[in-house]
Amino acid sequence: MCLPLILVIVGLIVYPAFYSIHLSMLNKAQTRFIGLGNFRFLLSRDTFWMVVEQSAIFALSAVFFKAIIGLITAHLINNLPTKGQRKWRGMLLVPWVIPLALSSLAWWWLFDPTLSAFNWVLTGLGLRAIPWLSDPYWARFSVILVNVWYGAPFFLIMYLAALKSVPEQLYEAAAIDGANAWQRFVHITLPMMRNIIAITVLFSLIVTFANFDIVQILTGGGPRNMTHVFATYAFLLGIRSGDLPLGAATSLFMFPILAIAAIFILRGVRKRGREIG
Amino acid sequence: MAEVALRQIVKRFGDVEAVRSIDLDIPNNEFVVLVGPSGCGKTTTLRMIAGLEEVTSGEIRIGGEVVNDLPPKDRDIAMVFQNYALYPHMSVFENMAFGLKLRKFNKAEIRQRVEHAARILDITELLDRRPKALSGGQRQRVAMGRAIVRNPKVFLFDEPLSNLDAKLRVQMRTEIKRVHQKVKTTTVYVTHDQVEAMTLADRVVVMNQGRIEQIGTPQELYHHPKTRFVAGFIGSPAMNFIPCRLEESGGRMRVRISDAIVLPVPASRSARYRSAAGRELILGLRPEHVTEPRHNGRGEDSDFTVTLDVVEPMGMETMVFFTVNGTEICGRVAPETAAGPGATMRLVANMEHMHLIDPNTNLVL
Repeated sequence: MCLPLILVIVGLIVYPAFYSIHLSMLNKAQTRFIGLGNFRFLLSRDTFWMVVEQSAIFALSAVFFKAIIGLITAHLINNLPTKGQRKWRGMLLVPWVIPLALSSLAWWWLFDPTLSAFNWVLTGLGLRAIPWLSDPYWARFSVILVNVWYGAPFFLIMYLAALKSVPEQLYEAAAIDGANAWQRFVHITLPMMRNIIAITVLFSLIVTFANFDIVQILTGGGPRNMTHVFATYAFLLGIRSGDLPLGAATSLFMFPILAIAAIFILRGVRKRGREIG
Repeated sequence: MAEVALRQIVKRFGDVEAVRSIDLDIPNNEFVVLVGPSGCGKTTTLRMIAGLEEVTSGEIRIGGEVVNDLPPKDRDIAMVFQNYALYPHMSVFENMAFGLKLRKFNKAEIRQRVEHAARILDITELLDRRPKALSGGQRQRVAMGRAIVRNPKVFLFDEPLSNLDAKLRVQMRTEIKRVHQKVKTTTVYVTHDQVEAMTLADRVVVMNQGRIEQIGTPQELYHHPKTRFVAGFIGSPAMNFIPCRLEESGGRMRVRISDAIVLPVPASRSARYRSAAGRELILGLRPEHVTEPRHNGRGEDSDFTVTLDVVEPMGMETMVFFTVNGTEICGRVAPETAAGPGATMRLVANMEHMHLIDPNTNLVL
């Protein structure tokens, strides 16, 4: 009964993972085994460390803002009458539903140096135009902004489901105990949602860390490699520069970082799950 | 501790009127039980006292102060919920201390109050546990402890025993009564279980369709119901309602149930019922007042013979069911009575406890 599942896992996860490890230990021409040579080479490069730093900034800040925006909007929607909720839920889910490559192109047009709609508004207001994608720091801001725009609805829908699962009587008991709205949020809502928050953050961290489309379409990693993340850098090295083993080695660096984060987060989730039930 | 007063309280949910202009005065320290079937408005009334539901119109006073516009936290009440509503992420101690912490009590005072309440409820050894690790009865005690530590003016209980099994329910009922005798706080208790209402209450408020049917001590409600609803709701098994005709001849009044069964009205009640003579009425008789002859000199002229349909031995008594003119009647006989279904049996109606109900108004005459 489990055979088809095992075949799918082996074919789509185990084989590519091991092949990637194998590939990362070959030379550029894939003719010779060089052990950890590619990893040593990457660790000695400043650009690689910049990519590590950028990936961390990109993922952590994007996930942070997605979580905050998701939480606030989920609360706002949860407080609407049920009839109005559906409309808002549907509208706010749109960014997550549109294929990311297409929406990234739309954003690229909004940021475009000559046709930028944002700059048109800014200059219309008498402000200076912003070099959204040509200035390294604005480019970092732009890719994070688009990622937050795309990912926040996922947090919204997860948090909304979590909010709805908190029994109403806990809030009533807290209100009688003397809790105001903020205290109810801090002492009831947040603790009751902690597991959902943790799992959503973990999932989003993995997806954001491995993000490719947004950065590739908006900046291609530039200017001056200042917006590269692991996936786009691995693509640059492996596909654009034709060094597949080095690209594989780059992408494999994500694994231990995400694995450690996953272990810590899931341990917390399990512990809380046992306590709360 | 405080008295609670409801004045012409109305609650509407859209077009539905859940509570219809009720008035109720609960003196200090009294244990009042609101009882009635589902949807009668008892829980809504309790929630309005708690401040969890807004009052559509009318006035609620706690300790003389109008609290209509006060949030729950400022009413100085504590509530025990049907499903306990314990915070699952907090220990028992934290659950009980939460309200005190929010009210900025110092740590020593919190500890002292929680430990005192835990001793009263015998849950001292559970203080470090999470609600998940507690049984239903223990959770119920913690929920009561959470209410006790606050030392509020009024305790509110919303069907607190309905999630417990029958044995534990009886045990916790006694526990609640014991706690009330110790802490002597004004208590409003909601239940649909009339046994709970009768055993716990100083006074019972019977509600039906958003109105108060009758307020009285358990004994008053049991012996002197004012309406057919109260007569049928209070008492288990329920009172028999038997269509009858009230007749008067030669100065004596009788109740005719069928051609074969004519029961005498006690002389002490003749004056009360005289104006209804000749009318079709409903005779209300509790099962415990339909028994086998007990040779005590009473009821010798109110006996009748019936064929039993069903016999239910309960151990300490036996319930017998028979049909007269299409109406099923229940009687309560001694457990040693050896009668089975289909057997004929001579029974006696204790007419000293009869009630006559006007079928048009459903009021007890």
